[in-house]
Amino acid sequence: MKITRRQMLILLPAAAVAWEHVLAGTPEASPNYTMSEHWWSMLIDIPKCIGCGNCVRACQEENDVPNGFFRTWVERYHVSDEDMTNPVVISPDGGKEGFPPVAKEDEGKYFFVPKLCNHCADSPCTQVCPVGATFIAPDGVVLVDQKYCLGCAYCVQACPYGCRYIHPQKEVADKCTLCYHRITKGLTTACCEACPTGARQLVDLKNPNDPIHEFLRTHAVQILKPQMATGAKVFYNELDGSVR
Amino acid sequence: MSIFKDARHLFRFVGIFVLMFIVFLIVRHFIVPKSFGEYGHYRGAAMGEIAAHPIHFAGHQACETCHVDVQDVKKNGKHAHVNCEACHGPLAKHAEDPASVTPTKPDTATLCVRCHAASVARPKNFPQVQAEEHSTGLPCETCHQPHSPAMTAGGAK
Repeated sequence: MKITRRQMLILLPAAAVAWEHVLAGTPEASPNYTMSEHWWSMLIDIPKCIGCGNCVRACQEENDVPNGFFRTWVERYHVSDEDMTNPVVISPDGGKEGFPPVAKEDEGKYFFVPKLCNHCADSPCTQVCPVGATFIAPDGVVLVDQKYCLGCAYCVQACPYGCRYIHPQKEVADKCTLCYHRITKGLTTACCEACPTGARQLVDLKNPNDPIHEFLRTHAVQILKPQMATGAKVFYNELDGSVR
Repeated sequence: MSIFKDARHLFRFVGIFVLMFIVFLIVRHFIVPKSFGEYGHYRGAAMGEIAAHPIHFAGHQACETCHVDVQDVKKNGKHAHVNCEACHGPLAKHAEDPASVTPTKPDTATLCVRCHAASVARPKNFPQVQAEEHSTGLPCETCHQPHSPAMTAGGAK
């Protein structure tokens, strides 16, 4: 095919217009949602967690998480009386299919700890991204722009909580989005929706009527690895000191 | 202008440099996405794209618009605060099109023990049973109505 100079001059602006359209991306999906009015996080009420794995299954179904990878998972801690500093932690298949039974004669204390992205306010993972593909959204959710991500996995190494992975098919970083596609529509996250005991609760710190404010004032609440100054926003009620 | 007499090669070099810089600016204008930098050092449109993902869990509010009868059974029972999809699974497709997408009923023999099988790791005040001793293999709904599981005369209705 031969293109004359005249045709070329007509084609170039048309191509430019088309490219502009591609770059503009899809429009904002939630017209009634204002990012600056929210500061999302989550409350994990340890005494309520029964280790059923509903949250892990719900997350995998809601977000099409590939098998063997987890945006949220449940760990079972066993802290023995003799060795408090070295708890035995198991999470078979993320706790998705439950946990092996405990022998009756086993001493010490057992409890479950659900884990997920802490949506840190000073997040180490977003700081190391060389291209600006992962970021803290104005509503406090740490997200990955999978169209922009190179898959270099710096962020996977940087996360002190092990909450990121490289998606085996897409070959880009993947993580908990705090069900961004749900919370922007006024729904709760899939894990909170599926939790039968209310051990997980979505929290909006900018909402003055959120019960979290009263809860934080009246309970012994911790975050994970506070010494790393990540500004983690997933609050754990009655967390045992042996949890890392 | 004698000082520039032997400097023409330098002017050529500067000319090339300026030209390359203009080319860089033009290329940059086209390859940097429009919304990059809108809120920070990232593509602002990414949030809209993530927010546009389809949902799988409809949310209990959606269930309650139709299943008022179940809601009435649940509200005074021990399972009042257990959301529908915690047991029935993700049913956004059913909520969108109730006629053509019909959910399958969960099997209580495998469903209930996920939460209620006895384990020392579970909170002490949470109701737990040794399934084999408790029911001798009968499905739970023989005696318990799953939506309001307290033992009632005549068992499940």
